Amino acid sequence: MIKNQNTRLLIIAVLIAFALWIDLSDTLFLSNPVNGAVVYERNVKPQLGLDLRGGLQVLLEADLPEDADISADSMEVARSVIENRTNALGVSENVVQIAGDRRIVGEFPGLEDTEGVIAVIQQTGLLEFVDMGTTPLPAGTIIQTDYGLSEDALSAEESTDDAEASTVYHTVMTGSELDEVGVTSDQLGSGLQIAFTLHDEGSDIFAEYTTSHIGEYLAIVLDKEIISAPRIQSAITGGSGVITGQFDSESANAFAVQLRYGSLPIPLKIVESRIIGPTLGEDSLQRSLQAGIIGIIIVVLFMALYYRLPGIMADISIIFYAILAFAVFKWIGVTLTLPGIAGFMLSTGSALDANILVFERLKEELRKGRSLKQAFDMAWSRALPSIRDSNAAVLITSLILFWFGSAFGATVVKGFAITLAMGVLISLFSSLYITRTLLAIALDKIKVTNFQRWFGI
Amino acid sequence: MNLLGKRYLFFALSFIIIVPGLIVLATGGIPLSIDFTGGSLLEVIFEGETPQPAEVFAVYEEANIKDPQVQTTETGGIIIRSEFLDNEKRDALLTAMNATFGETSIQRFDSVGPSIGEQVTSRAAMAVGVSSLLVVLFIAWSFRGIAGAYRYGISAIMAMLHDVALIFSITALGSVFFGWEIDSLFLTALLTVIGFSMQDSIVVFDRIRENSSALRRLDYETLVNHSIIQTLQRSINTQLMTVEFLLLALAFFGGVTLRQFVIVLLVGLMSGTYSSIFIAAPVLVVWEKKEWKTWFKKKATA
Repeated sequence: MIKNQNTRLLIIAVLIAFALWIDLSDTLFLSNPVNGAVVYERNVKPQLGLDLRGGLQVLLEADLPEDADISADSMEVARSVIENRTNALGVSENVVQIAGDRRIVGEFPGLEDTEGVIAVIQQTGLLEFVDMGTTPLPAGTIIQTDYGLSEDALSAEESTDDAEASTVYHTVMTGSELDEVGVTSDQLGSGLQIAFTLHDEGSDIFAEYTTSHIGEYLAIVLDKEIISAPRIQSAITGGSGVITGQFDSESANAFAVQLRYGSLPIPLKIVESRIIGPTLGEDSLQRSLQAGIIGIIIVVLFMALYYRLPGIMADISIIFYAILAFAVFKWIGVTLTLPGIAGFMLSTGSALDANILVFERLKEELRKGRSLKQAFDMAWSRALPSIRDSNAAVLITSLILFWFGSAFGATVVKGFAITLAMGVLISLFSSLYITRTLLAIALDKIKVTNFQRWFGI
Repeated sequence: MNLLGKRYLFFALSFIIIVPGLIVLATGGIPLSIDFTGGSLLEVIFEGETPQPAEVFAVYEEANIKDPQVQTTETGGIIIRSEFLDNEKRDALLTAMNATFGETSIQRFDSVGPSIGEQVTSRAAMAVGVSSLLVVLFIAWSFRGIAGAYRYGISAIMAMLHDVALIFSITALGSVFFGWEIDSLFLTALLTVIGFSMQDSIVVFDRIRENSSALRRLDYETLVNHSIIQTLQRSINTQLMTVEFLLLALAFFGGVTLRQFVIVLLVGLMSGTYSSIFIAAPVLVVWEKKEWKTWFKKKATA
């Protein structure tokens, strides 16, 4: 029936062991036993979709004309800006992804303060020039500034004793005073610097401030985070100046872009928002999982009763299939959604279908009076074309679904397509390889003579 | 067993099932969800007593939001559909709701801009079109070895159209009785049914492909009938015993959120199997025999 039974069994055992390792852990971690260095690390914690645990989904679209050319770089900058801003709110596990070429989808699970998140996303990045006095803070520090604070809030801040923690820095001016920003090479010609010019009003403010604060530090702050804090080397009175620092061409350009556009390289508008209550999600998850388990138990019983020995082998391979599929979903980081569960169940149906096609063929060949060995080989070779072609049709449609889901940040549709497609691929392996190996071994061990009892003919 | 002999009976049966739904579809139409039209949908559950629709209307009018439609849900909450709300209107509305009705808990609050709705609709139509086209090409390619390969592709498409019509018919009836709408999940179900409908047809066709070389002496109708019978047990077992069990469990015990999706899938997949036997294969025979030439004569003699 098949050669290399032991090799095949070993391959299956190794795969299952590996899959179980992924299934049962939240992070994969391998360290070098000699020096303890981390060789490999990967987070495989299962991600539940918003429909399962509630939360907010926002779809943003570039607020530019349809035919405007939007570069992939600027989309990426916009994406990371939004990610940084929302992470700063302390929301955990949020996901911000580019969807298509002009949209960004953000998912913020298990969220109470949905208005807060939407407000933060919508604010245009605030660029400030902040008086640091004589002690600069390193880039990346989050500070408080007095820009936009009312007089009351200011006096309240000042009256608090804990001055160190709540130092409120003075904002000299904001990014709205900037006129032009560009990257130039410095006087020595060896490095890069950022050159900027200011509007008239800004020139005046800047001239006055820099004249009286030579030797002090002026921080450039974006969304309350210090980008850099250069030292004022001379009074800048002409309405233009340069920022020097250790720039390479990439960081200089990125910095210039941030200065020029506030923070978002492209204006974005919210075109879609969805809030899903957490109770609805919890209820759905539990009920759907229960339903899935009930369904699978019925199917496993049916297979065993109807197809007897092959059916039991198929049941085992279906369980292996589930272990493998779950491991793959965790590995590639599929977000688990309700339709995703449905997609998984459908692909389970596909896995069963392949088994059923083979077993029906097996019974048919046995009824024709062929020997067990002949019937076994024929069942798989004859069923193969129909299994291959029919599953290809399903794969084609799930690819289209995936494409559709990606373009609109419809994670629900995408989740369904991924679980269905992955499930179908793994199901092929399960029915064509695992079931076949297991059944061949079982038939070797048990000398079957009564076809009626063992195959349910 | 001669299943093909009664082919016109089965055609008529499908016709009878599909037509009522299509009449609903043609007269009233199935409401499109805000996924396609743009707009907003708010589903809330109230701590206290659920207010009357009129009271909700008043709050919406107060917030200056036009044309709200109110619908009560099985779980005692209400669903209100209205135009697309920007953030200010949204916040104003939520504040007003809480002020008027006491504590409310938001189950769902979707807001879809009109422009995105339009694009979703056109892309959705494209997704359905492109995937059917690709599958036909695939079948034609896969059956290139036997005579009239394209017939198999087109017969599979006719079976698929049958299933799609049935899904629309069921959803149209569902929209009358349960307030169903066409949303992006419906689209997902539709595309899945298309995929699996093809899968079923291909399994039957594959048997015809195999038999047409082995049993060349049989006439075409007998050969097709024979192929159907040979794959019948598989069709029944796969479809009824496994797929339907899995989905039935989801429909009965799963959450309410998925119910429409699961029922549409269930009916669609069942129809997919039915149509592979009673539409796709018979159409092949009708085509082979060019039976349309005798249709008129039959009517005349009847």
